[in-house]
Amino acid sequence: MEIEQDPNASRIAGDTAPGDAGLRWIGKSINRVEDPRFLRGEGRYIDDITLPNMLHAAIKRSPHAHARIKSIDTSKAEALPGVVRVLTGQDVKEHANPLPSFSMNPGIQHDMIAIEKVRHYGECVAAVVAENRYIAEDACDLIEIEYEVLPAVLDPLKAREEGSPLVHEALGKNEAYSRTFSFGEVDKAFDDAARRVSVDLYWPRSTGMPMDTNGAIGDYDAGTGVLTIHANSMNFTYFLWLIAGTLKIPSAKLKIVPVVAGGSFGSKFFMHKVPTFAGWLSLMVGKPVKYIEDRVTHIVNNDHAGSDRRYKAELAFEDDGTFQALRIDCVDDYGAYLQFGVGTHGNALSQICGPYTIDHVEYSLAAVLTNKNQQGAYRGFGAEVSNWILERLVDHAAHDLGMDRVEIRRKNLIQADAFPYLTPTGNIYDSGNYPGVLDKVLADFDYDYWVKYRDDARKEGRHVGIGVVASQERSVFSSTEFWFWFDEPAFSPTSSPESASIQIEPTGQIVVTLHSQAMWGNSPETVVSQVIAEEFDVDPTSVVITYADSQHALPGTGPGGSRYTVMVSGAVAGAASQMKDKIKRIAANKLEAAEGDLEFRDGGVGVKGAPDKQLSLSDIAMMAYMFKLDLPPDMESGLATQWTYDHPLTTLPNADRSDLGMFYPFVGHAWHMAVVEVDPGTGRVEFLRYSAVHDAGTVVNPKTLNGQIIGGTVQGLGTAMLEEYLYDDQGRVLNENFEHYHLPSSMDVPTMTIGHQETPSPYTAYGIKGAGEGGRMLTPAIMSAAVEDALSPYGVRITSLPISAEQIVEWAAGD
Amino acid sequence: MSTIENQLVTVTVNGRTYEREVEPRKALSDFLREDLELTGTHVACEHGFCGVCNILLDGQTVRSCLLFAVQVDGASIETVESLAASDGTLNALQQAFNDNAGLQCGYCTPGMLMTAKEYLDANPDGGTDDEIREAISGVLCRCTGYQQIVESIRAAASAGKGA
Repeated sequence: MEIEQDPNASRIAGDTAPGDAGLRWIGKSINRVEDPRFLRGEGRYIDDITLPNMLHAAIKRSPHAHARIKSIDTSKAEALPGVVRVLTGQDVKEHANPLPSFSMNPGIQHDMIAIEKVRHYGECVAAVVAENRYIAEDACDLIEIEYEVLPAVLDPLKAREEGSPLVHEALGKNEAYSRTFSFGEVDKAFDDAARRVSVDLYWPRSTGMPMDTNGAIGDYDAGTGVLTIHANSMNFTYFLWLIAGTLKIPSAKLKIVPVVAGGSFGSKFFMHKVPTFAGWLSLMVGKPVKYIEDRVTHIVNNDHAGSDRRYKAELAFEDDGTFQALRIDCVDDYGAYLQFGVGTHGNALSQICGPYTIDHVEYSLAAVLTNKNQQGAYRGFGAEVSNWILERLVDHAAHDLGMDRVEIRRKNLIQADAFPYLTPTGNIYDSGNYPGVLDKVLADFDYDYWVKYRDDARKEGRHVGIGVVASQERSVFSSTEFWFWFDEPAFSPTSSPESASIQIEPTGQIVVTLHSQAMWGNSPETVVSQVIAEEFDVDPTSVVITYADSQHALPGTGPGGSRYTVMVSGAVAGAASQMKDKIKRIAANKLEAAEGDLEFRDGGVGVKGAPDKQLSLSDIAMMAYMFKLDLPPDMESGLATQWTYDHPLTTLPNADRSDLGMFYPFVGHAWHMAVVEVDPGTGRVEFLRYSAVHDAGTVVNPKTLNGQIIGGTVQGLGTAMLEEYLYDDQGRVLNENFEHYHLPSSMDVPTMTIGHQETPSPYTAYGIKGAGEGGRMLTPAIMSAAVEDALSPYGVRITSLPISAEQIVEWAAGD
Repeated sequence: MSTIENQLVTVTVNGRTYEREVEPRKALSDFLREDLELTGTHVACEHGFCGVCNILLDGQTVRSCLLFAVQVDGASIETVESLAASDGTLNALQQAFNDNAGLQCGYCTPGMLMTAKEYLDANPDGGTDDEIREAISGVLCRCTGYQQIVESIRAAASAGKGA
């Protein structure tokens, strides 16, 4: 297809070409510049920060999933020495507004402390501010609450029925959203196709579970009226005014200071819970207040559980394996609130056909509210679920046909000459060479060898299985995916920018300021250092990176949906281009050369072909700050530039939503192949081989990208094999600590080989595509496929996760 | 409400001896972080399962969240702050983590480093990858998937051999 570039779409300024072959620093495995301070234990995470006169908060959590609060007696807690204040829903009602939500359902109100009714186990019903955390927790135990326990709404299918108890009475029902989207001629394609497979599938609730929980310190200054909140949450510049609205203060007097986050994986996306709460507590007591989730609170109270979806999924195909149509019907259990609306299904719709040519798609969604933790963001934001669904269907189709699982996939791959490729939903895939990635992984993995190995092992009675899966990795979301669900959305923003500013100090030192978060485990400082090194030919370790607080921040959206590396690179490239223009004008004037004859080299700027005609950045900077009369006559002093970079390629949905527009267009691609051996007696799954090849466009830093791929793969392995929020029949979380909620350990994971193919994006700075979530998109599918193959003697078809050891033992025993 | 008197604790941490009055119920991890201002030791689960708060107590790794500060009276402790030189230069183990992408968010890193130090002190040649994996199996990392941590520890062992 031809893409007509929207004249309003963002451009990279200056001379930064996508996929420029002559890159000097982008593509090098330099050591992360962030590392030394963390290796020395000098990371300055949120709990490492202490302010003068700082108090500490703890929360009282609801022991019930659904209950009316009849009375709260705080007198004993207030009488405990060291307690400063005890706050309840009544205080929130009087002094704060509800938390912001993107659900666009007016009947769903979410408050910092539950008012009148609790809607999930672990919901905050009171808070204590005290001299230290020990006393705050003691005081929580002294708060006496009388509840009227209500029937817990736990089964999303029953919750949809008439007469079900309601999670939100004001909504009048538990089904917050339902709609069917149809793209192409789905019914006809199903009728015409020779075959179909239909599968019921279940993806359970799990969570990102960073080692560092959410935390914040509120610090209200009554003199200036400024509320400062130090927080390890992301995305603080995006929709900050909504947080100010909750706190009932002017947004210009809300100053968020970003603090390093010890991992997020989506769980620290947006500011709406912990930081807002800490800020409000400080407003209420007039002193700094630190509030850090402990692990149990993080598990039962945070707002960021992952998807919890029941599917009926169908794939129509021909006798030769050609795919024709896809039909997906999903009931998603969103829990007690609907923070991000159904945006997690926008992610699914951006790559719903995966890397395959499927022209007809129907997608039905019902978003149901229940008395469980609310869903938020988790690495993949819903697309990792849809990839599992698709790859499960493909494996079922291969099984139905008796066709090799690689061959059925190869037959349906979008070909390398088909880009940019228009998908049925309206989103595009910008570029790719999928057969190329497949060939690379086949060579690395040695597929034929392992097929023979498996077959030989099987004859010996061993349970060896192979998994083969592909995935897309969409990157850089457009805001449209949060509202194209509605014909008449209440709010329909189209911006999701990222900014960078560059200052060169009088001494020639380059300082880059970022505008939407602090470091969170990915490596923004290394990425930016490599881009700066690329543009100015300076040592990347010489670049100083700072993070703006919200009172100084330019527009930003923060990390999420594999967008940050693409977007910050575009922003830095733009600011660098402006900076280079000014430097060239200064240098041309001083060196009496034409600007076009200048180049950036060896930490300075010089005349091409004349090694002695060169000025260092410190020469230039000193002139720019101190020697106005040496500057071109129309130039002002100083060396500072800034650039705000918008989504480079996005379009609106059409009126009837048969075309959702381009909303997630920079699309990476990956294949994983794995061999496992299953012990049917213990359920243990051992890896014999694991090979991955990814195409994330231009690679900025292979070593750190490999870290993202391995880490994502292992996080997906947790989803596939171990992790699930367990609720009892009263809606209480049964595994609210690490003793019972199991994360993968070093003994549970494979040693992988990783290969890269680089198909640059034609639309982004340097051709970079996002790559932070890809690993997690593949492991659930590959583990399902490999374990199913290993257990084929038992006729097992895997349709739900996690694939627990107990489940494997039961299958093998014939239960 | 508290009628239990504070107790005096004398403890050597990273070669320096401290004397502090401390509440008997105070966890060692909180004591290190709050009373001694050594915030390199992090807390992630507070009940002994994640190993992020691992420190060396008289040369052996322990969960600092599972001990009370009063229990270490007279003991010698090493934390992550002991590893780098006083000018900040990374030691061989830290450098190996930097060279091999052995950390991402850095939060589990102090516990991982102290656990690796104990292992390498006992196994200077590094042993097998399976042995390294077993040695760090009591420390949870959510970012890396462990592979580059194993490579980092192996590289540190190799660097030690060359020295």
